[in-house]
Amino acid sequence: MIRPRCKMLCCKSLLFLVSAISARDVFAQVNFARLVNSSREPQNWLTYSGDYAGRRFSTLDQINAANVHSLAAKWVYQTGATGKFETTPLVVDGILYGTAPDDRAFALDARTGRPLWLYQRQLPSDVRPCCGRVNRGFAILGNKIFLGTLDAHVVALDTKTGNVAWDVAAVDYTQGYSFTLAPLAVKNLIILGISGGEYGIRGFIDAYDAETGQRKWRFYTVPGPGEPGHETWQGDSWKTGGAPAWITGAYDPSTNQLFWPTGNPSPSNRGEGRAGDNLYSNTLLALDADTGNLSWHFQFTRHDEHDWDATEIPILIDLREKHLIAQANRNGFFYVLDRTRGKLLSATPFGKVTWSESKDGEGRPVAIKGSSPTPEGQLVCPGAAGTTNWMSPSFDPQTGLFYVNAREQCDAFSTAPQPYEAGHAYYGSAYFPSADSEPYYGALRALDPATGQIKWEFRHPSPSWSGVLSTAGNLVFTGDAEGNFIALDAASGKALWHFQTGGSVHSAPISFAVDGKQYVAVAAGSALYTFGLP
Amino acid sequence: MPRNFSSPFVSTFRLVALLLVLAVSTGLAAQDVNPFAGDPKAGKAGEFQFRINCAFCHGLGARGGGRGPDLTRARKRHGTSDADMFHTIKEGVPGTAMPAAVGSIGVVMTNEEVWQVVAYLRNVQVRAPEQPGNSQHGKELFYGDANCSGCHMVEGKGGRLGPDLTEVGGARAVDYIVDSVRYPSHRLAQGLSEATKEFPQEYETVTAVTSDGKKITGVTLNEDSFSVQVMDAGEHIYLLEKDKLRSFKKTRVSLMPAYSATLLSDKDLQDIVAYLLSLGAK
Repeated sequence: MIRPRCKMLCCKSLLFLVSAISARDVFAQVNFARLVNSSREPQNWLTYSGDYAGRRFSTLDQINAANVHSLAAKWVYQTGATGKFETTPLVVDGILYGTAPDDRAFALDARTGRPLWLYQRQLPSDVRPCCGRVNRGFAILGNKIFLGTLDAHVVALDTKTGNVAWDVAAVDYTQGYSFTLAPLAVKNLIILGISGGEYGIRGFIDAYDAETGQRKWRFYTVPGPGEPGHETWQGDSWKTGGAPAWITGAYDPSTNQLFWPTGNPSPSNRGEGRAGDNLYSNTLLALDADTGNLSWHFQFTRHDEHDWDATEIPILIDLREKHLIAQANRNGFFYVLDRTRGKLLSATPFGKVTWSESKDGEGRPVAIKGSSPTPEGQLVCPGAAGTTNWMSPSFDPQTGLFYVNAREQCDAFSTAPQPYEAGHAYYGSAYFPSADSEPYYGALRALDPATGQIKWEFRHPSPSWSGVLSTAGNLVFTGDAEGNFIALDAASGKALWHFQTGGSVHSAPISFAVDGKQYVAVAAGSALYTFGLP
Repeated sequence: MPRNFSSPFVSTFRLVALLLVLAVSTGLAAQDVNPFAGDPKAGKAGEFQFRINCAFCHGLGARGGGRGPDLTRARKRHGTSDADMFHTIKEGVPGTAMPAAVGSIGVVMTNEEVWQVVAYLRNVQVRAPEQPGNSQHGKELFYGDANCSGCHMVEGKGGRLGPDLTEVGGARAVDYIVDSVRYPSHRLAQGLSEATKEFPQEYETVTAVTSDGKKITGVTLNEDSFSVQVMDAGEHIYLLEKDKLRSFKKTRVSLMPAYSATLLSDKDLQDIVAYLLSLGAK
């Protein structure tokens, strides 16, 4: 008899809480039109990258290069979780929604950091995600908010309560599948790609009906028999071909095209046994958002043997009548393509590259002989973590610059035969730092998409896993491995302000406003920090 | 009913449940021997697991890398029994760069896979010949003519400028120690390892000139983009803000002199290494 009473009490107190926060309707629904026109409501942060183009740019300018020196911490939310805290929170009309390690989630009063509801998924004890029990955030649509889980479920929560609205299993997690990315809401669909490139999975991108959880389409990133691209796999290697899709794609509403990047072929360090280009691994896919049908594809690294996933956020850029898509790739090249046809326009190194010295007829970098892994280990730049990785870049339409955290680190790559065993890690050997490697470091680099040239850089003592936010206040925000959250002048890269959070930044910053006051927020260590002017 | 074990109304059911739990945990605790001991297939599977999860620090053949100790030696720093090794791999070593097997490096490992790695390490374990050298003479050199103790502490005695070497015998391969003495700038020693940071701080050399013209040269205790903590040869610690310095320069040339064979003979170096290796044996 106790439970129903408690439930009523909770509902009552929540209603009271909501009405007490503000007179306005804090739970107005986010529909597709609001997502398309997100730039009209810069006080909110409605998608993982801030807009469908993937720019992670805020038009708010209350905090700007002239006053950022006085930026101060406003509140800190402690998740109590250990491990890398990779979330990009969403902010909708004064409520901040975030996820944390182990698939926990929270809704906070964005002015104070005080929670409205908390969610914790009860995960099976045998989930085995590679690279941390992380989650990168939500998608929001209607009265629901959506996350992918480490046991490969898609879960819809009620935005007002955090209660589960629906919960569907995408695939059997015991075979090495998991979700770590923030989904993308398009029209009535929730779109997300699978993780598990370390386990010999067969990758895919899924779309679910936001209302019911029914799966509407699936695009396998490794083509099956009879499908175009299947011939790029030797024998049965396609069955364990990997090509996960573990980072959120971009979307162009004017053409209804999704742009979704994919990761490494499996096993990552061994090309023997999977001769061929291994489509669609390390590829940018242009998919029809309604059907998942492939429009075009561009493969960055063919027949990859260095774990150079292309799972970096692509950004749609419109430059002098040209409709471009740009990606700073893990293989060390900054690619700019015509996004209407997938034609490569330029590929320029933005860090040290030793694996390629020439381009083919289409301008694609060609691998040199001798860059493949060897039994003892072959030194190659960039290393396995790449010149950049999943951390979000940003494009600032005011400066016209593409900002990305780069890593200068080379690794020795070894290879060895390894039998596939379902659910077990499947790398085909290892990578490791070489005693002969040059010292590693990191740098935030500002790239010009028109030329591929580096305009400025801000050096980090060690490589950073932080994403980047640019704002109309002529600012670029980023974090570092040493725990600093930093504001730089967007035009020059000069450091204007920093705050020591006490934990490495493994997330990307956002900006939002409540009651006319601009805030900047970032996850660092195991806490979410929010800053504003005094 | 309140859940209180001191309640006199302990049901028979609960008692049976308690006994069952005790029986099961005793069974687990008894597994201090590798269930895969001597199984060549498990050893091979362990090699795959080792390459994926361990080789990044411990090297391809477990012979030690830049960060991790040589694991082919019979004596392991954190325990040599199967159960000790299982625990070290599964739980990690707090306060060191050795993580628990939760996928921060490599992937999450099952108990079965951890035992396979233990089986692999037994396969590659070498019956190391007794390390040649006179450890007593090595100790005399360490605190005497070679003057290692001017900068390095062992068991609380010695200098603080360089890394404490009390544990180095268990933590580093012999080749690594020899290389560090002959060519200290080749691979800089690693210092402070912070919980959420990917890489430990290295013993880089800093030369800074303060706004009032004071020149400071020392080793880096820690550094970020805006500040640096430095110890000079006199063991003075300086907490410096980079933007307040007149100049700041960092090099990867170690402050430690390179001990060439003329400065320190191969025989004497062998004796010093024997001394350092003997420390962990206590």
